[in-house]
Amino acid sequence: MTRKYAYFPGCSLEKMARSYHESAMETTRALDVELKEIEDWNCCGATTYFNIDELLAYTLCARNLAIAEQLKLDVVAPCSGCYKNMYSARKHLTHEPDLAQHINEALAEDDLKFAGTSEVRHLIDVLVKDVGLEEIKRRVRRPLTGLKVAPYYGCQILRPRKDHEDVESPRFFEDLMTAIGADPVEYRLKLRCCGGALLITNREAALSLVRDLLDNAVQSGAAIIATACPLCQVNLECYQKQVNTEFGTNLNVPVLYFTQLVGLALGIAPGKLGIGSELVSAMPALASVGSGGGGR
Amino acid sequence: MSTETIETRLDFIGEINNLLYASTSNPVNTCIQCGTCSGSCPVASGGFMSHTPRRIISMIRANRKEETLRANTYWYCSSCYMCTVRCPRGIDIAELMYALKRYSIWKTEYGKDLIGPTFSETFIQTIMKSGRSYEPVLATTYLFSFGFQDMLQEAATATGLMLKGRMPVLPPRIKRLENFKRMVRKIVPVEEK
Repeated sequence: MTRKYAYFPGCSLEKMARSYHESAMETTRALDVELKEIEDWNCCGATTYFNIDELLAYTLCARNLAIAEQLKLDVVAPCSGCYKNMYSARKHLTHEPDLAQHINEALAEDDLKFAGTSEVRHLIDVLVKDVGLEEIKRRVRRPLTGLKVAPYYGCQILRPRKDHEDVESPRFFEDLMTAIGADPVEYRLKLRCCGGALLITNREAALSLVRDLLDNAVQSGAAIIATACPLCQVNLECYQKQVNTEFGTNLNVPVLYFTQLVGLALGIAPGKLGIGSELVSAMPALASVGSGGGGR
Repeated sequence: MSTETIETRLDFIGEINNLLYASTSNPVNTCIQCGTCSGSCPVASGGFMSHTPRRIISMIRANRKEETLRANTYWYCSSCYMCTVRCPRGIDIAELMYALKRYSIWKTEYGKDLIGPTFSETFIQTIMKSGRSYEPVLATTYLFSFGFQDMLQEAATATGLMLKGRMPVLPPRIKRLENFKRMVRKIVPVEEK
């Protein structure tokens, strides 16, 4: 049975995190999950929008949710920031009918109406809970045996708390990595912030956060870091050189999306998963477990 | 009719609580100054904030408005929400930081050396014009405030991304942009320049 969701890629996945989009599409298809892109979606507002105007920020999210509701499908976001914004917007609008009414007046300009009928999910949650770890395990063709992965949760996938889930010691990312045959490493900073937009607004602080994280993962034995958010990926991967220049470190650890690792284990060719577009090549780490070969 | 003067001005904590009226968390007054927020904050722990979140809350309660607005604390919050999930009193501290950002932009009372306010404003203008975000335009807001070495490093990172096809060349734009703009004007009823 094919599971269907309304897919909200978000701005980063259009270019900067193209490989996340490609690997999300390939991997979900292989798992009988259909991601139907929300037509004409707009930016979720990121963290920055809430710095200026809360009402407009919620309106932006509500437009995407209203379009998704027309599909009668739950929304799936691969970006932790988009996920958190749209989850909070739905929650807020559902609890505040006056606010929803006001925003619906604005949405009417685009012939839309928010009703709150579509739930908001993160892509990793869909894989872990809806598809299920047993099912993923069953479909693994090329297990990533011996690959030391640091599963990096970051922030907004867990926080603020969405329901009653464990936000202090979650295990679902480790469990997913185990299901594809990889070897998740335990490290202290798996829930620590990557710095987010501070990389722009407070470079010194953000680079120091990135250094601590990478250092902790590598010291704990990680050959590769897995993320579930484009901002985390860019901060941890693309700023490694700058961290090395700034702190005199010699960090060189690849950072892939969980969808790329799951895809590899399912037997999908690396080229189809956007592997090769990293600034820190994942090839040496993948070759060591026999998953480096094969193009598009 | 009574001639007694009524209290018409809110104190600072009253203003802050009003800013947070939409939040479901407990009011700032319920803080017990335990410092869990400061200890959980990766930016404060690294010594990058002028005042820790715990201290900001105590300053708000002491009605020290100007000192609070001059602090860089809230603009250096990365929105990781660790403080929020750990606060034993159920105060949404990360949301409080957002409220302070909005308040400081409204009053234009933030440190002039901060990149956050201008960056946020440009980000929003970009979304208002096209419906989606576009990295190259955003870069112009902060690149020139960087030192020369940092700017070179940033340019090298951008070039690396470009070579891997990870930098957008053309700004993206949603299709129903006119509807989108009308929707925005319904919330903020001003004519576009």
